[in-house]
Amino acid sequence: MASSRRDLQEINAGSMADIAFLLLIFFLVTTTMDVDTGIARKLPPMPEEEQIEDDSQIHARNIYVVLINSNNQLLVEGAPMHITELKDGAKAFIDNNGVLSNLSDNPEKAIISLQNDRGTSYKTYIQVQNELTKAYNELRNTAALSEFGSRYYDLPKSKQRTIRKKYPQKISEAEPKNVGNNE
Amino acid sequence: MSKFRRKSKGGSPAISTASLPDIVFMLLFFFMVTTVMRETTLFVDVLTPKATEIRKMEKKSLVSYIYIGSPVKRLQSSYGTKPRIQLNDAFAETADIQEFIVSERESHDEKEIPYMTVSIKADEQVKMGTVIDVKQELRKANALKINYSTRKGTY
Repeated sequence: MASSRRDLQEINAGSMADIAFLLLIFFLVTTTMDVDTGIARKLPPMPEEEQIEDDSQIHARNIYVVLINSNNQLLVEGAPMHITELKDGAKAFIDNNGVLSNLSDNPEKAIISLQNDRGTSYKTYIQVQNELTKAYNELRNTAALSEFGSRYYDLPKSKQRTIRKKYPQKISEAEPKNVGNNE
Repeated sequence: MSKFRRKSKGGSPAISTASLPDIVFMLLFFFMVTTVMRETTLFVDVLTPKATEIRKMEKKSLVSYIYIGSPVKRLQSSYGTKPRIQLNDAFAETADIQEFIVSERESHDEKEIPYMTVSIKADEQVKMGTVIDVKQELRKANALKINYSTRKGTY
């Protein structure tokens, strides 16, 4: 016993670094640093059984109708439109403040009604959602800059709420149509 | 001049590498802690569409994922190329979504339920019909916070 204790040698720790490196490289390779990004939306709750939809209180001028067909073409307020014009169109509609008679009374009343076909591609749908979000973001940024002198996302929560109240993002999605008979 | 030459001839002592394992271990622990291993094997090809107005997802543990896309190449012989839905580790039908949401809720604390988000990771080639069905099921399950997963970039 005593002799064995005396003979006990120090373990060579020289290869420790190698082992650690090996593990390090393994975790380096498997690490996914990607953060998930996306467009956040809130779905409307399911309507109650006997609830009758009452749209009559909303004046037609306060609804901006965006239709997308199965060929991914846009029809905005009854006229064909290219996707690149949608953002400016939506901005003009939201920020009209009752100037033009066919556009919204004020941003709080403005509703964007989006309807797509079952055959619409997801890519186009996201592009439209993106353009509409961009319209709201730009309006909010302008308002934030003029009122608080800072960009919307840099503002504290309470100030963001004031801006959000001024420009509420109202995007209503109608029940989809199935014109093209796509599944 | 000679002063410098003498110095270089003398040579410098070797740098001690004894602390190298410590440094490496420090790095190792950092990566071990930050690593998130891919939990699910993807059975569907998903290339999310590009968008510019994107926000970062917060609280990854509260996010459930629904993948929509065509089956990957090696599964196309048995499953075809029609877009399918994947929940967790298996293909699913739209009818399974409600059950999926319920089970996701059960695995979380009651207080966290209102903050739970469903991230729809759909391929850009997918038709809206499939996505609409999924959204409709989510409405029925009362999972109203959703997120369309996108890549950053201009289309």
